[in-house]
Amino acid sequence: MSTEIKKFKITIDGQTTEVMPGTSILEAARQIGGKSVPPAMCYYKPLESSGGRCRTCLVEVSKGSESDPRPMPKLVASCRTGVMDGMEVKNLTSEKTQEGRKAVTEFLLVNHPLDCPICDQAGECHLQDLGYEHGVQATRTDFERRTFEPEDIGPYIKLHMNRCILCARCVLAANQLTEEREHGILFRGDHAEISTYLNKALDNDFIGNVIDVCPVGALTDRTARFASRVWFTKPMNATCNCGKCAGKAVLWMKGDEIVRVTARKDQYDEVEDWICNECRFERKDLSQWTIEGPRHISRHSVISLNHYQKPADEHTLLNNSHAKEISTADDQRTEK
Amino acid sequence: MSKKLLLKDAHIEGIRYFDTYRKQGGYEAVEKALKMSSEEIVEAVKASGLRGRGGAGFPTGLKWSFLAKPEGVPRYLVVNADESEPGTFKDRYLMEFLPHILIEGMIISSFALGANTAYIYIRGEYSWIPDILEEAIEEARNNGFLGKNILGTGFDCEIYVQRGAGAYICGEETALLESLEGKRGNPRLKPPFPAVKGLWESPTVVNNVETIAAVVPIINIGAAEYAKIGVGKSTGTKLISACGNINKPGVYEIDMTITVEEFIYSDEYCGGIPNGKKLKACIPGGSSVPILPANLMLKTINGEPRLMNYESLSDGGFATGTMMGSGGFEVLDEDQCIVEHTMTLARFYAHESCGQCTPCREGTPWMYKILKKINSGEGRMEDIDLLWDVQRKIEGNTICPLGDAAAWPVAAAIRHFRDEFEWHINNPELAQTQNYGLAGYADPIPVPAANI
Ligand SMILES: Cc1cc2nc3c(=O)[nH]c(=O)nc-3n(C[C@H](O)[C@H](O)[C@H](O)COP(=O)(O)O)c2cc1C
Ligand code: SF4
Ligand code: SF4
Ligand code: FES
Repeated sequence: MSTEIKKFKITIDGQTTEVMPGTSILEAARQIGGKSVPPAMCYYKPLESSGGRCRTCLVEVSKGSESDPRPMPKLVASCRTGVMDGMEVKNLTSEKTQEGRKAVTEFLLVNHPLDCPICDQAGECHLQDLGYEHGVQATRTDFERRTFEPEDIGPYIKLHMNRCILCARCVLAANQLTEEREHGILFRGDHAEISTYLNKALDNDFIGNVIDVCPVGALTDRTARFASRVWFTKPMNATCNCGKCAGKAVLWMKGDEIVRVTARKDQYDEVEDWICNECRFERKDLSQWTIEGPRHISRHSVISLNHYQKPADEHTLLNNSHAKEISTADDQRTEK
Repeated sequence: MSKKLLLKDAHIEGIRYFDTYRKQGGYEAVEKALKMSSEEIVEAVKASGLRGRGGAGFPTGLKWSFLAKPEGVPRYLVVNADESEPGTFKDRYLMEFLPHILIEGMIISSFALGANTAYIYIRGEYSWIPDILEEAIEEARNNGFLGKNILGTGFDCEIYVQRGAGAYICGEETALLESLEGKRGNPRLKPPFPAVKGLWESPTVVNNVETIAAVVPIINIGAAEYAKIGVGKSTGTKLISACGNINKPGVYEIDMTITVEEFIYSDEYCGGIPNGKKLKACIPGGSSVPILPANLMLKTINGEPRLMNYESLSDGGFATGTMMGSGGFEVLDEDQCIVEHTMTLARFYAHESCGQCTPCREGTPWMYKILKKINSGEGRMEDIDLLWDVQRKIEGNTICPLGDAAAWPVAAAIRHFRDEFEWHINNPELAQTQNYGLAGYADPIPVPAANI
């Protein structure tokens, strides 16, 4: 016998949905989808206790709940604020929210160099998107940006501390994925730094995933750095037989060459399955993979440029109807 | 003469030690309280009107009544002795000279809250005080006031002292709990509040040193008597740490009916301003509360004398008022430069930001840099507006109130002393060598030498 749990009703930008108690405003917004979903630079669903830090997901709660309809006095972090029954939230429709978000974007750019033309993360950087979406390309600061002593964190991962926005995702990922605690934040304030335990290399089997969770170009793949701009590569869903992880990955291809391997991510850029270092860094030969088909890339993304070429037929291309459907639909949309 | 409750015996030689303290009636409040029920004590604290002395002034009894009481889960009392707000040093005085009043208050409070373990989290820089506290704890235990089965009532209580490593943010209650658990002192997101999930996920009350000490006189003289002292919602006595340009810096116990003017100028308290200088401004509640110019400090916007209490100090909101805060009372005479002073504070907050959230991490150093630029005569007029805008965008957008604490002093300085900012910008050469107070205050618009 199942007892029915009463769902909570929440209205975001005038659209109403019902969610389970305990759901965050952000997750409720994702349920609605579209433009009412606040951006998230530090929240990352697969990472326990993520969120709350970056403040890009701030929203205005114009009605607290049915029982206490008072508006909340301050903007709240939607990723870590639970829904109440009857809550009304303003995201796009709130000037206060937009102003707050613009402010946060500007703050993030105070110390983050806008060197997208040379940054390896260009085209995949959430801060770049955030800046564009909110019309903030610069900050009003003319002070020198913070600098750091370069730190070598091993053969696979490159740390560019001056691009780090201290979202802590990589730290949470490392804590969650590895047994030993070898990665953390040192110091305070704007002099805080991501670092490893006494300059230790990050060499755990799954540590490569910190690259995927990093929203900016602070952590990049040393085996693929500067090999290609991301929009010149073609992402393919592929699988391999791996003893360590599920072996489901995305191959970023240039012709027949695998430039980079990453985990598969959903529409909010959150990893669906963690992949191991071997899949990510070592398997760069096409014969080691079974290609499922091209990956769906949202049309608004710069990565969607130059798409889609037929994948290399000489390799085992699965008859993946889902992937086909997506690419056909994409093609139709571009034709329009 | 003001009524003294906390410091009444502070002058007695040896009051730091159990025997002397006991002779003065020490620990009688414990004896009395352990005969009451815990609910009766909570009710008494509510009826006393005691408000938290750590800064926010939240009613203590109400806070205690929020404590969750799930079966089989321990509860904790944590005393916040981090006291790192510039200008505030009243808790240090209590702990150094009257450690037993804190221990006594903690035993009563633990009993009222159903906590068998209590902690004192003390700032690392108070390096000599933990020894004093530990000695007092040992004495209390030796005399049957701590440990198992206190006074045969069946109540067990242990108190531990934990030293912080010297971070202002560890005074914020949730960062304090993280630090106490051995982690990096980053504030937690609320909810859950400590009253539901605090130390080691157990219900916890965090209170300031002075708040807990005040429980002792509440039990001794009774809630009704305590509530009679003071005025309105500012009941009982308050410790004020006074510093800056005054003749007698120190820690004073006041009842909250006296005027600010009396506090600054009477011989009983600050004893006036040295060398007969004029009062320029005050920060009455620790460095995070808004600074007010002399006229607004001494009188409210309605022309009434401003009193040293929660309501009167905040009269008019931030436009014309400030806050009681933690009672760190700083006086600035006419020679002081508000821009330089604000810059020093901004440097402190930028240094102490934990770095978790974007507006505080990036905004506080930005404010400091703009202030430094203006102070050194390298600013432009637009920088004042930029500074105003930056503080406004930090306030209210952060995880914990440190962001607000950094923004308020800057906002108030611009609001009330904009002319000083403009002076720095209009007189770059003077600003490089002199401060506004010494150079500009007597003659707000200095005439360029060439024109004389
Ligand atoms: C940045 C920051 C620092 C704080 N430092 C202290 C402190 O040193 N001592 C203190 O009692 N409260 C401090 N507080 C307030 C505490 O978070 C908390 O409100 C207080 O300890 C509660 O005690 P009370 O109710 O007895 O005032 C601080 C708050 C913030 C935001
Ligand atoms: S390195 Fe990347 S993931 Fe890690 S804290 Fe910095 S921005 Fe976040
Ligand atoms: S407001 Fe400042 S101190 Fe508080 S959590 Fe954010 S960064 Fe840390
Ligand atoms: S995504 Fe919510 S605060 Fe960062």
